[in-house]
Amino acid sequence: MTAWKTFVRSKIFWPVMALVALVAANTIKTTHFLNIRVQDGHLFGALIDILRNSSPLLLVALGMTLVIATRGIDLSVGAVVAISGAVACSFIASSPNPGAVVTVLTAVAIAVLLSLVLGAWNGFLVSVVGIQPIIATLVLMTAGRGIAMLITGGQITTINSPAYKQIGSGFWLGVPLAVLIAGGVFAIVATLTRRTALGMLIESVGINPLASRLAGVQSRTIIWTVYALAGVFAGIAGLMISSNVMAADANNAGLFIELDAILAVVIGGTSLAGGKFSLSGTLVGVLVIQTLTLTVTILGIPPAVTPLFKAIVVIAVCLMQSPVVRTKLGSRRRVPVMAPVPAEVVS
Amino acid sequence: MTAQDVRPPTGPVVPGPVRRRRPDVSRVLHAVRVDRRFLPVVGTIVVLLLMFTIGGARYENFLSGRVVSNLFINNSFLIVLAVGMTFVIITGGIDLSVGAVVALSGISAASLLQSGLPAFVVIPLMILIGSALGLVVGVMVQVFEIQPFIATLAVMFLARGLCYVISLSSIPITDPTIVWLSSTRIPIGDTWSITPSGIIALAGVAAAFFVLHYTRFGRTVYAIGGGESSAILMGLPVARTKVLVYVISGTCGGIGGFLFTVFSRSGYSLTGVGMELDAIAAVVIGGTLLTGGSGFVIGSVLGVLVLGLIQTIITFQGTLSSWWTKIFIGVLLLIFVVLQRAIAARRR
Repeated sequence: MTAWKTFVRSKIFWPVMALVALVAANTIKTTHFLNIRVQDGHLFGALIDILRNSSPLLLVALGMTLVIATRGIDLSVGAVVAISGAVACSFIASSPNPGAVVTVLTAVAIAVLLSLVLGAWNGFLVSVVGIQPIIATLVLMTAGRGIAMLITGGQITTINSPAYKQIGSGFWLGVPLAVLIAGGVFAIVATLTRRTALGMLIESVGINPLASRLAGVQSRTIIWTVYALAGVFAGIAGLMISSNVMAADANNAGLFIELDAILAVVIGGTSLAGGKFSLSGTLVGVLVIQTLTLTVTILGIPPAVTPLFKAIVVIAVCLMQSPVVRTKLGSRRRVPVMAPVPAEVVS
Repeated sequence: MTAQDVRPPTGPVVPGPVRRRRPDVSRVLHAVRVDRRFLPVVGTIVVLLLMFTIGGARYENFLSGRVVSNLFINNSFLIVLAVGMTFVIITGGIDLSVGAVVALSGISAASLLQSGLPAFVVIPLMILIGSALGLVVGVMVQVFEIQPFIATLAVMFLARGLCYVISLSSIPITDPTIVWLSSTRIPIGDTWSITPSGIIALAGVAAAFFVLHYTRFGRTVYAIGGGESSAILMGLPVARTKVLVYVISGTCGGIGGFLFTVFSRSGYSLTGVGMELDAIAAVVIGGTLLTGGSGFVIGSVLGVLVLGLIQTIITFQGTLSSWWTKIFIGVLLLIFVVLQRAIAARRR
């Protein structure tokens, strides 16, 4: 029973409960919600849909988790999504042979490389120039959509390339390719941060940048790296999103994805104050948001109202995690009293 | 003119060779007697004047009363939002919900007016909607210790969702009061003019200026931004002030919603998308630091004028596409934060 008790007390408990409640509600509404069937050798079903639709958000949220762990935030990922899609689609559209695998691979490479540069630019502003993350990334968030429009010439660039379509809606061994890409990235990030010292170093930078620098942690390099990674992940997400619709829409691609990603991270129990982060929490957060979106559709409510339900879930989860409520709930369970620590010792 | 020239004759005479050479910028500043606190705002004024000069040199009729009047009239709602945002940012917080609050108060007003309620009931109600949402944010931030970013983000989603619950499509407004407010122009002199919205916005600026600089509440706002724990130790009413700051920002969102409704004569769920970011950008360009503790309402107003002037110049140019606005704003934002960073680094 101790394992269960630890789980109940962990920050991931309420988000998991929210997810279970959503799935239960859907199953009651439509009994075949949990069914997964095989058609033409591919897996189909509502759950697979949720996973596939979560993939871009999961990628963005992974990068966001690392950035938030260093006490930062990245508002520009939505713009990077738009730029990445715009570059890839413009390249494919202007090439003589849009269907060729080589063309698509080149387009993907250019888009990912550009996203890396954009992410590194954010990292440069934050770690070297020393601008607050929210403003540093606001610059690219504002200018980025303009740049994406510049690339597409203000129009929606549509393309026709079966190879490119694979990224968003292809299957491999019956599983959607997008899910495999996002899952692969998740596994790599989880391994790198939890099986090496990287995760601990990132957390130490987030808890106290000055102390970790004095302890010999290269905080500047680490901050630079997480922003660059956030850029790359957003770039891959941008490829998926544009490949899903086979078009680059500079105005609407990835609109508000940064906010959804931040919500997912927060629902997953990672604090915006930096420090400890939970990748599995982020995964649960992303699944909660996507399941919620699907639930709204299943219940026959106009999809535009979805933000209302997102707000309710976020407020509920945040309130349950807030210190006031946790002490009230845990008062009978004898919560260890921590000495008050001054929030800003160094400034 | 050097620093020595402006020195009063009775002052101590410092021997030349021993005198420490000041860097040029600070020598000029010393000459014109500018307090360092005002440096960012002075930067904004310089940029504003520079833009007016460039615009005046390049385009005919640019330096006219009409252009300047329109700058105030077309951006009245943004001025009000930026003023509210300034309060929040000075305490070290942030408010992402104002854009959605504008939309919610606008669409609920439009739907109430459509159902036949008189304007004198609806207009206070619009502002109250903003205040109520601000109160929700304040309580979440203060009592439940949710970070301002997340609390206001949640309220942003909440307000946006409620908009769609009220109506999915745009609702036109035919109420005579609103129509009168939107079509009235009060001429001042030959070319200058002002609208009721502009007057409301300027009155808001004056009120905010007074509250921030001449009341105990205003001083507490700065104290919280300077250091929350010190403010608590000084016995200042931190909890009340922090909640009130978000109520003020929400109220400004409600007033902004009213002004935008007058401006557009309709209510629509999608209005004000990204408006909070414009407001934040204006505040930052106006020289307020996001870390809190310093900044001026007047700076934020100038920031809004800079944003509006970018738009005006691009309209006058005619050949530039609309997306250049975003790129210019981004570049300007970058220049300002880097400059502020440089100033902050020198001060230390």
